[in-house]
Amino acid sequence: MSDALQVGVAGVGAWMDGAPDWSSLREVLRGNGGLVDNAPAKPAADMLPAAERRRAPDGVRLAVEVARQACAMANADPANLPCIFASTYGELAITDYVCETLARAPHELSPTRFHNSVLNAPAGYWTIAAGCTAASSAVTAHHRSFAAGLLEASAYACAEDTPVLFASCDVASTGPLAEMTRTALAFGMAMVLTPAPVGGPRLRISLRPGAGDEHAAVTLALRAVARDNPANAHALALLDALAGRGKTGLVLSVSAGMSMDMEITP
Amino acid sequence: MRGSCLRILVGRVRIQPTTLAQRIEPLAVTACTATSALGRGTAAHVEALAGKRGGLRANEFSSAPLDCFIGRVEGIEEDALPPKFARWDCRNNRLAWLGMQQDGLPDAVAGVVAHHGATRVALVLGTSTASIESTEDAYRRLDNGRFPADLRRPEIHTPHSLAAFVADVTGIAGPALTISTACSSSAKVFASAERLIRLGLADAALVGGVDSLCDSVLFGFNALQLVSRQPCRPFDQRRDGISIGEAAAFALLERVDASPQAPRLLGHGESSDAWHMSTPHPEGRGAHAALDDALARAGIHADRVDYVNLHGTATGKNDEVEAKLLPRFPQRTRASSTKGFTGHTLGAAGALEAVFALLAIEHGQVPPNLGCGEPAPEALPWLALQPERRPIDVALSNSFGFGGNNACLVFARGDRA
Repeated sequence: MSDALQVGVAGVGAWMDGAPDWSSLREVLRGNGGLVDNAPAKPAADMLPAAERRRAPDGVRLAVEVARQACAMANADPANLPCIFASTYGELAITDYVCETLARAPHELSPTRFHNSVLNAPAGYWTIAAGCTAASSAVTAHHRSFAAGLLEASAYACAEDTPVLFASCDVASTGPLAEMTRTALAFGMAMVLTPAPVGGPRLRISLRPGAGDEHAAVTLALRAVARDNPANAHALALLDALAGRGKTGLVLSVSAGMSMDMEITP
Repeated sequence: MRGSCLRILVGRVRIQPTTLAQRIEPLAVTACTATSALGRGTAAHVEALAGKRGGLRANEFSSAPLDCFIGRVEGIEEDALPPKFARWDCRNNRLAWLGMQQDGLPDAVAGVVAHHGATRVALVLGTSTASIESTEDAYRRLDNGRFPADLRRPEIHTPHSLAAFVADVTGIAGPALTISTACSSSAKVFASAERLIRLGLADAALVGGVDSLCDSVLFGFNALQLVSRQPCRPFDQRRDGISIGEAAAFALLERVDASPQAPRLLGHGESSDAWHMSTPHPEGRGAHAALDDALARAGIHADRVDYVNLHGTATGKNDEVEAKLLPRFPQRTRASSTKGFTGHTLGAAGALEAVFALLAIEHGQVPPNLGCGEPAPEALPWLALQPERRPIDVALSNSFGFGGNNACLVFARGDRA
């Protein structure tokens, strides 16, 4: 089989309701505290200029926020950092709006909301806000989006010998579509991945045929995320390991026939 | 990375990547196919291009058709999926199915699966809207606020429905990924697959793109005032917008030793404009960067390029900016947009136009830039307004998408027999 990919984790970002950054989520994962009641209801996303921030849909704000956190922790200049944004559904509230409007009054469709509906809206807003001229991508693989996206980002880092920003975000679904998507809770995370790591937190990734683990167990406070943001249950399992608590060996399905063996050194 | 001088401080370790894209080992394109408004399979496309027969027609799609032209694939409505794949049924997957039946693709895919093993074949597909037409349909037919029973199928209400369906049909069991970066989606799949093969994570890859007509894109681009009332006129001085089309296109990538005579993927380049969500950078900064990146990976200079399949959407801005790339090529380099034939097939455009570049190499025929009566003078020296027969050894394809997302592919002739 193929050689393993090894990537360093130079920075981490995270956001969910009640844990607006990686350090607060890490404490929750470690069992040192619960979710914060009065945390901001929306990601700060203060990298976006004020006018853009007002117009930006929820998924963009989430992605920009976790990406900024990860770059800050890594002390990485995002202007030259290739970036890969994974999401199962993209802007679910906008999809609901677009489909509802098309059914009722198609000529009233908002042009801004239309161009915000593309899966690469977060990549677009991020590259504009960060002045990033490197490659950017938006990837998806249904409930395997996190693992398949992480494989894509790790492959990019190793093949091109460059640090890469990887983010995995999904927002809450609204309207009739919600029954199909079962995504009721926004959750986002990001990592700056570096090739050829020497020390520090790192991942060793190899592929093997077969199915992956079911959702890894996480602390009670976060079970709702695993249930209500199914695409990111695996992200949570990885973060659990990076927090020094969860299993350091994960097997995540990247397709119907293939899994990714991941050894995590926190 | 290209032109960068990135430094990351991790503890005391300074990581500094290389500053230029490295030349890559080419890959063989051992099969390819296209289905669009021009017909099913590559032969229909070669004939239409040579005969300057476009596929655009007056829009009759949807319940309230907009006054515009579209590139519609015939017969999607009549051809349901085989019963064993019924759970995947939707317009986009029917188009994917149609596309996959052409040019011997089923045998070619079965061949690589048998040769390398199903888990050693990767699947990377591009789409912009996937099966959203079915989600739109569900909203038109809500049943007490819920999706109608026939559309309560979560697997088609996701942008990954295309790749999941194709994996099911082909038995490909390696890594499977959907790239969705609007109109560059299915150009970037070639880059992603090449990296997987280079790293030894796969031995072959089926890549491609499928996007189908739906209200989202027809009314959405109309709301952005980017849709022409006439058949689109790429690089015409009077151009006033796109015609939307639909297409399915696929290519099979393997290492060159599998088929030294097959045409090759020589290089790929990707970049971001960092400028605006729906308007390209005025000087084409990102487009130049993607071209630089692709040529560096291919290990060639621009003067080696015989044909450029332009993104050429026929919007005022795209063609104006893209024309600024042309002076980088000698005037013997021929260039054309094929969107006057097929319409803008959005997430399928990258793969469809990669196939046009491959066909240009195979048949020694430059596709004409259909629909351009009054050529923009800045593009004229390079534009092929008529079909031209000439040897083409190196062909390039540009794809630019919303969010300032750019990709450029370089293909070349294989070893001569």
